[in-house]
Amino acid sequence: MRSIPLLPAIVLLVIFLLGPVISSFYGSLTNASLSGTAAQGASFVGFDNYLTLLTDPDFPKSLLLTLVFLVASAILGQNILGLGLALLMRSSGRLIRALVGTFVVTAWVMPEIVAAFSAYAFFNDSGTLNGLLRAVGITGPNWLYGLPMIAIILANIWRGTAFSMLVYAAALHDVPEEIIEAAEVDGAQGWQRLVFITLPLIRRGISTNLMLTTLQTLAVFTLIFVMTGGGPGTNSATLPVLAYQQAFQFGDLGLGTAIATIMLLIGAAFSIFYIRLLKPEVD
Amino acid sequence: MGMTSPSLRSMKVVSNTVLALVVVAFALPLAWLVLASVDTRATLSIKWPEKISLQNFTAVLTPETAFVPLLNSLVLSAGCAIITVVVAVLAAYPLSRYRMRINKPFLYGVLFGTCLPITAMMVPVYSLFVAFNLIDSTAGTIFFLAATSLPMAIYMMKNFMDGVPISLEEAAWVDGASMMKTLTRIVVPLMRPGLAVVFIFVFIGAWGNFFVPFILLLSPDKQPAAVSIYSFFGQYGTIAYGQLAAFSIIYSVPVLSLYIFVSRFLGGGSALAGGVKG
Repeated sequence: MRSIPLLPAIVLLVIFLLGPVISSFYGSLTNASLSGTAAQGASFVGFDNYLTLLTDPDFPKSLLLTLVFLVASAILGQNILGLGLALLMRSSGRLIRALVGTFVVTAWVMPEIVAAFSAYAFFNDSGTLNGLLRAVGITGPNWLYGLPMIAIILANIWRGTAFSMLVYAAALHDVPEEIIEAAEVDGAQGWQRLVFITLPLIRRGISTNLMLTTLQTLAVFTLIFVMTGGGPGTNSATLPVLAYQQAFQFGDLGLGTAIATIMLLIGAAFSIFYIRLLKPEVD
Repeated sequence: MGMTSPSLRSMKVVSNTVLALVVVAFALPLAWLVLASVDTRATLSIKWPEKISLQNFTAVLTPETAFVPLLNSLVLSAGCAIITVVVAVLAAYPLSRYRMRINKPFLYGVLFGTCLPITAMMVPVYSLFVAFNLIDSTAGTIFFLAATSLPMAIYMMKNFMDGVPISLEEAAWVDGASMMKTLTRIVVPLMRPGLAVVFIFVFIGAWGNFFVPFILLLSPDKQPAAVSIYSFFGQYGTIAYGQLAAFSIIYSVPVLSLYIFVSRFLGGGSALAGGVKG
């Protein structure tokens, strides 16, 4: 009786989250397509889609691009910049702190499509970045075609750093000041205090944040879709973009679903790791 | 701290300088948006408008370009937020108040759901929506958006509810009030700020979502602003940068205002951390 209020939630979650997950596993074993004969009745093809992926050079390439994107933009970029900003803001003036808060957070709160356009304009061949470089006498490269990964990595750091900054600011806020002051009295240098005292004290915040930024970055689609469309060719097609391209641009739903299934498995692996990390909170 | 030792002062100069550079780097792409929106001859590069005009805004503020898509955005986001909040309050109540055997597996499932990469699911979701004839259905899209925001909403709602003291409810139980009555008459009124935070959090997420309506809604008259801006970019993007920027700003203002409202008045700025991004 007491669990009845859980029912609406369970129904919604089963239909709209569990349903697609299950149909993803099944769909990846069929030759479903957007048009043609296979659009009417898809037939079971076993692991053909996965074999196709393994032999198709685009898929291993996309896996590698996704890994590069995750490490460079989330694990290194957003985390280190976010932590750095949170630390620097503690010893900076009020005005500059307010400005950082405003602009870094605005880039994050804005709707993703608008953030994507802003980043597109910034990195475009005739955009703001190359305009600035020209002003100091440098001919900038065509970022979106020549260096698409650099462009989307930087754009994602710009878009997502606020999250890490907020998490770290909250974590640093909880570090007792007496401990830091005691270390200062004992003659610990600034970096020593950071490495040996502050960072170990906020390690829970660090691991949670690494996990969440990784999961969020794994799911980034719109930013890349608008900036480069995954191109040129598949040179910036991370897994979500490749799944879209295969399913909706090349019409191979089965193959797109196989990529989606692999991404779900990667996400699930990360989630299980993360849930073990948070276990004490649920119990 | 009243200390102004040389090292502390130079530390302050260094951090202010570094932060100022970061501010400029983060502000430039946003500044382009603002400057281009008031410049009738905007390009992709940031430049000061020769003449500031609101012509771009008046050009896009027509029913088919802005009003209908914005109304669609409102229907999708408000519908999603209402459903999510109601379902999450219902689910959070037994989770917060009773020790049931289902609590643990349910909460693990919910936590797992918050981690699902939704963009990875859009291909199978599309197939599922085709199979159930829900493609191009506003209601179907609302329910899907609600389901994807539900795990995080239940988690937040349970945390807010855990903060409401149980003593008042115990009095109501003694008086013979039912569970639903206790929830709606006592708990919900006490956690209004929490409800507002969750509602706004879900609303912002749905308002900004591009990929879900892009895949599930096909007719232009049903598509929200996120998708119509993208189509606008495809059709006129190469010429009308100013109008694109103006439309983008009009579309962004509601979520920016809601965010400021939450962080100023509800103290929930950091509560929002966790899901605004797709």
